[in-house]
Amino acid sequence: MTVAWVDTIVQGLLLGGLYALFATGLSLIFGVMRIVNLAHGDLSILAAFLAVVAVESLGLHPFVALVLVVPLMAALGYGLQTLVLNRLLGQGILPPILVTFGLSIIIQNALLEVFSADSRRLNPGGIETASVALGGQLAVGWLPLITLAVAVAILVGLQALIGRLAVGRAFRATSDDQEAAELMGIDNRRLYGLAMALSLGIVAVAGVFLGIRTTFTFASGPDRLLFAFEAVIIGGLGSLWGTLVGGAVLGVAQTVGAKLSPGWGVLTGHLVFLAVLLLRPQGLFAKARRVA
Amino acid sequence: MLAALVSLPVWGDASTMRILVEFIALLGLAQMWNLLAGYAGLVSIGQQAYVGLGGYALIVLADDLGANPFLAVPLAGLVTAALSLPTAALVFRFRGGYFAVGTWAIAEVYRLLIANTPALGRGSGRTLKAVFPLARESREVTTYLLALAIGVTTLIAVYLVLRSRHGLGLMAIRDSEPGSETLGIDVFRTKLAVYVGVAFGTGVTGALIYLNLLRISPDAAFSINWTAYPIFIAVIGGLGTLEGPLVGTALFFLVREGLSDHGAWYMILLGALAVGVMLVYPRGLWGLVASRWDLHVFPIQRRVRR
Repeated sequence: MTVAWVDTIVQGLLLGGLYALFATGLSLIFGVMRIVNLAHGDLSILAAFLAVVAVESLGLHPFVALVLVVPLMAALGYGLQTLVLNRLLGQGILPPILVTFGLSIIIQNALLEVFSADSRRLNPGGIETASVALGGQLAVGWLPLITLAVAVAILVGLQALIGRLAVGRAFRATSDDQEAAELMGIDNRRLYGLAMALSLGIVAVAGVFLGIRTTFTFASGPDRLLFAFEAVIIGGLGSLWGTLVGGAVLGVAQTVGAKLSPGWGVLTGHLVFLAVLLLRPQGLFAKARRVA
Repeated sequence: MLAALVSLPVWGDASTMRILVEFIALLGLAQMWNLLAGYAGLVSIGQQAYVGLGGYALIVLADDLGANPFLAVPLAGLVTAALSLPTAALVFRFRGGYFAVGTWAIAEVYRLLIANTPALGRGSGRTLKAVFPLARESREVTTYLLALAIGVTTLIAVYLVLRSRHGLGLMAIRDSEPGSETLGIDVFRTKLAVYVGVAFGTGVTGALIYLNLLRISPDAAFSINWTAYPIFIAVIGGLGTLEGPLVGTALFFLVREGLSDHGAWYMILLGALAVGVMLVYPRGLWGLVASRWDLHVFPIQRRVRR
């Protein structure tokens, strides 16, 4: 195998870090409240546009903009869940799907009206082109490395939160049995708000890193949702570390596909996802049998 | 009213016919989606797959295989129905929200496969050439009459399905899968039959849309809007009713034409209306009318006689 191929695979693995960030937010709220947020991708693009505003109007570095964007998105998540989505609890699967889909279309078209159809990018001042030599002719960009490190740090943090803290115990309890958790005095509605806040905080980080890595437009959201979903399914539902592996598999599939033929990158990722779905529907690292 | 619609080519102009073809197409998409989600509980966000496949099937059948372009419209439905079987084998592994995202992912796979196929014009698409020899007026009139026939057939077919034993089974499945299973309903087969039937109807409608537009490209034909419009129409009009999509389609055209100078705002307004309806009154506009005046144009409910 040539250096170019090794490089392609390494790039794909690092891209997986970014996809794992998107996937973790999606997986978290499905795990806790059994809903799939179809506006997930569009909310991450909204976060990226908010970072653009912070960078352009306040002159902040994109990484510093995270300090503003993450709490803002978390607050939006808490409000969205407690004021809107909680009203749909116990009405079956249809209302949450339709309401989050409606939000997805509203956000996309509102971004189009406010920011036009131009593609944007967050400029981190040179770090996006800096790289570390790994020996041979192999070099790895600092930005993908930082993204992967942040993704792993968030996964470790989330794992610790779910495993050790009281709120994590409440998350697990609600995930296992909503009614029993409520009987034990857990305020499900507030808890769901916290889970959505956490999810959108993570998604904000993902959106900003995406915006530094590549250009984006108002219409970039749905692909983020699909990649997140595919990483979750490839990794196995309910497995946080599986999500990281799922993201890496998807990332490698996309970079290898794109190297074989330009235009086949995203498609190869989708096809690998379908292959996993056919051959190992429970995913690579399922927590339990698929219940979704 | 039907007489007025049939005789429209005699007294109406071409732009009215074009608008009506679009109206019938959107109404058809909304009814198909309503049947799928409002009755069978299969909440698909990927019906644009069948609009796009139907449109491309029309062009391949008419231009490459020499079929009559008007006859190719129903034939395109057979193609999409056939393609929906392997698609169902994949997406039926999911339920609920993940079914929704799964159908969306498959629609993207179809879009990207076609955008990478040189014979289908790759990303820039193709033009329907088979209708060029026809005089413009006779093409427009035939397209309109075909649309009208499709619209009336769809309405009757959906009505008959819902009035039938299977329609009752469908609503039972939507309300409780385990419950309907114990009543002897074959849940999987019923759902699959609806999915394939809806793929047929959506494919025919997709072919009709591109017979009207003549120009197709992967991004437009597989646009998420082909699912967003019918969802907003069905939700605002009233899910799980036959009248709802009619009311919703009329409102859709009113909002779109009323805001035609304001870019994407009509989509924001329609989305907000749909979200508002789900939150405040999930039975939609027709549900409001029906419960207030006990009015049913297409009665599919079964009632106990006293």
